[in-house]
This record gives sequence, structure tokens and C-alpha cells, in this order.
Amino acid sequence: MFVAWVAVAATSSAAAADLPGRAIAHDQEKGNCLACHRMPADPGAETGATLGPPLADIKRRYPDRAALRAQIWDASVKNPATIMPPYGRHRILSEAEIDLVTEYIHGL
Amino acid sequence: MNARFALAGCALLAFGASVAAASPEEDRTAFVRTFQQRFPGIALDDYVHGGFMFSRASRSHYDDIMAFPPFLGDIERGKVLWDTPFRNGRTYAECLPDGGRNLAGTYPRFSAAENRVITFEMLLNRCRRDNGEAEYRYDDRATMGVLTAYARSLSDGMRMDIKVDGAAALAKYEEGRRLFFRRIGQMNFACSNCHLDNAGKVMRMETISPAVGQAVHFPVFRGGDELYTLHMRYTRCMMQVRAQPFPAGSEAFNNLEYFHSYLSNGLPLQASVYRR
Ligand code: HEC
Ligand code: HEC
Repeated sequence: MFVAWVAVAATSSAAAADLPGRAIAHDQEKGNCLACHRMPADPGAETGATLGPPLADIKRRYPDRAALRAQIWDASVKNPATIMPPYGRHRILSEAEIDLVTEYIHGL
Repeated sequence: MNARFALAGCALLAFGASVAAASPEEDRTAFVRTFQQRFPGIALDDYVHGGFMFSRASRSHYDDIMAFPPFLGDIERGKVLWDTPFRNGRTYAECLPDGGRNLAGTYPRFSAAENRVITFEMLLNRCRRDNGEAEYRYDDRATMGVLTAYARSLSDGMRMDIKVDGAAALAKYEEGRRLFFRRIGQMNFACSNCHLDNAGKVMRMETISPAVGQAVHFPVFRGGDELYTLHMRYTRCMMQVRAQPFPAGSEAFNNLEYFHSYLSNGLPLQASVYRR
């Protein structure tokens, strides 16, 4: 049982590490998500950030991927006082990059 | 609703009570009250330690480095600049009241005659100008940077004492205040979003310092050897949020420093400290 869990964890993080959205999310000149978020499911995500909530258990909490994408595109829709940058609205990332980041975050 | 809060949602919540008539003293006490409620048990005098004030471990890391500061050479170079007479034979100490001692904590000041804010660094440059020397650039570490590192140390221990008297002075203060609360740059951040709303939280690996206490300990040496004046640090934070930064020594930063320094009134000055 334990072995199986480790194996699953290893495959899923290996899979996450392969996703092109990961590099965009981690890049300080691009998503820079690690400035504010920990990503407990991705062991390579090195940060001590506490500005935003840890990005975890995402698939269960965002069964609808579009809602996740909308959060990334413009967090101020949900929370007008947010400090999360409006990645889509301010064109910090392109639409295609936001798709890739959404795919990666969805797997966390 | 007061327009200056229109873009600063969190600040509005925290400062709702003081929106109607925010005098500088009301601003300062509102900031202090907000922080002291959020961080009970931390003495106000400890705010000079910025991000290091929050944990014993990071504070002892700071104390270890400050026991043998790697930047003493820079301060020594500043002392040489300070002690070297101008070509007319006069010195900074002769140019400034009381030899420049216990002075930095009263700057920035508003000059009614010029209708502008005068910083301590401008004062040093005026000594140069009035004695026939070229002024230093405000972003030059090798001249103004090290000079101010030494000159400000002559005010170590004095309590910050900024005055905003009269409508014209208040207008400059308010200009600085507006910049502090205005969301800017591609990342859409105001200074207040980090240094008021999120002080004490960690951005990547750095604990964000509260705005109170920031203005009393400059310049800082990041990593132990890279000198930043207060204006250079402002520039860096603006670049981080991908805003077009104002230059060191600009009027926008002078006004920001006026507001920002008032927030630290009553705190002890300590020039030249280590920062990560
Ligand atoms: C400057 C800090 C900051 C950055 C950078 C940032 N976020 Fe956020 N994020 C937050 C905050 C704060 C929240 C909490 C909700 C709010 O205030 O809007 C949040 C919320 C979220 C949520 C919702 C979390 C939940 O539990 O429902 C997701 C998803 C998210 N962020 C993804 C990202 C992604 C992806 C990136 C990088 C492309 C990113 N964030 C960059 C600060 C940030
Ligand atoms: C996205 C968050 C963020 C924003 C917005 C921001 N800063 Fe900072 N600032 C930081 C971080 C992180 C540091 C380094 C850690 C620390 O010392 O606070 C810092 C450091 C500072 C320091 C040095 C503190 C010290 O003790 O050495 C000053 C002064 C400062 N910022 C002023 C400003 C001003 C003025 C603005 C607005 C123009 C601003 N910051 C905007 C995150 C921010």
C-alpha cells in the first residue's frame, strides 16, 4: 500500500515536471508563482512563500478547469483586493501560456 | 469615499476609520496600531530590524553578521570622503549644524521657500554645491552611497522627528502617500499591498518588512556588501512589480520619503545595516 502510494506520487510529480507549463509557472520572468505559493505536490518547487495559499488538492477543488484558468487570468474578479497579479488581463502571460500553466497547476 | 483609497482595497479596510481626516499623525498611529495588533509582543523599537524582527532565528543570523559587518570598508571610504576638505578648505562638518550630528532624523524637511521636500542627501549635495564642488549622483554607490552611510551614522540613536507643518508641506506629504497606496506596474501592486497588508508574510524566501521602521536604517547592505540607499531600494521594489521606476533623487521619491519617514517618527536611527 505504502509502496504503491510512493509510486503514484513519484509518477504524478514526474509527470508534472514534464509539463511545459511548469517552466512557465516557475520562471521568475514569467509566472513567478513561487514568489507567493508553495506547491507541496511538486518536490522541485523550492520556496518558503506564505503570501498566497499553498496550491494543493487542486483537481478536487477545481473540477472545472475553466474556473482555475479564470483565477489565473484575473484573480481580482473573485477578490477585488487581491495581490495576485492579473496574468491575462495585464498580458503578463499569453493566452497559450495561461493554458499550459493551468494544465500544470491542475495536476498539483 | 476618499479618492486616494479607491485603488487600495485592503488599505481601505484597515484604514476605513481614518479616511475622513487623515493627518500625518493619524496615519502614523493607524499604521502602528494595525501592526501592533497583528504582531503582539514585538516592541516598536524592534521595527528597525524589518523582516528580521519576526523570528528569533533570523534575528540571530542578523546579529551574527552585524557583530562583524562585512561592509565596514564602505563606511570607512565614506568617512574619508566626509573628512576630506573641499578645494576651498571647508568641510561637510563645517557646512552642517552641529557638525552634522543628530541631524538625519529631521530629514526630509519641507522648504517653504522652495516649495519642495529636501532630503538629507540633498543637504549633503548642497554643501558640495555651496562650496564649489560638483554634486554627486543620487544613485552612485561609490560617492553619495558611502558618504551617506558614514554621514547618517552620526545620527545613530536619535529618534526620527519629521515635521509636516502647513498646507504646502501637507500637499507634498499627500503626494508621497498617494504613491504609496497606488497600484502600479504590470503586476498591479501598491507599496501598501506588501508593506502594510502583507508585512510578516514570506515572498519566496524573504519576509516582508512593515512600512513602519523602514526609513530609519538606511543605507542597507544587501547580502552584506551591496549598498542600497533608501531611494535605490524604492527603485528596486518598483522594478520588481514591473513598474517604470522613478530615479533616485527624483521629486516623486523625495515626497514618498517624506510620507514614509513620518511613519517612523519616534523610532531610533541606525544607519548601515545588513539585509538579505
Ligand atoms: C503576489 C502573490 C501571488 C502570485 C505571484 C501568484 N499568486 Fe495565486 N494567489 C495569491 C493570493 C494572495 C491568493 C488568495 C486568493 C486571493 O487573494 O485572490 C491566490 C490564489 C490563487 C489560486 C486559488 C487558490 C485556491 O486555493 O483556491 C490559484 C489557483 C492561484 N493563486 C494560482 C496562481 C498561479 C498559477 C500563479 C502563477 C502563474 C500565481 N497564483 C501567482 C497570490 C499570488
Ligand atoms: C510585491 C511586494 C512588494 C511591493 C509591491 C513593494 N515591495 Fe518593498 N520590498 C518587498 C520585499 C520582498 C522586500 C525585501 C524584504 C524586506 O526587507 O521587506 C522589500 C523591501 C523594501 C524596503 C527595504 C526594507 C528593509 O528593511 O531593508 C523598502 C524601504 C521598501 N521595500 C519600500 C517599498 C516601496 C516604497 C514600495 C512601493 C513603491 C514597495 N516597497 C513595494 C516587496 C515589495
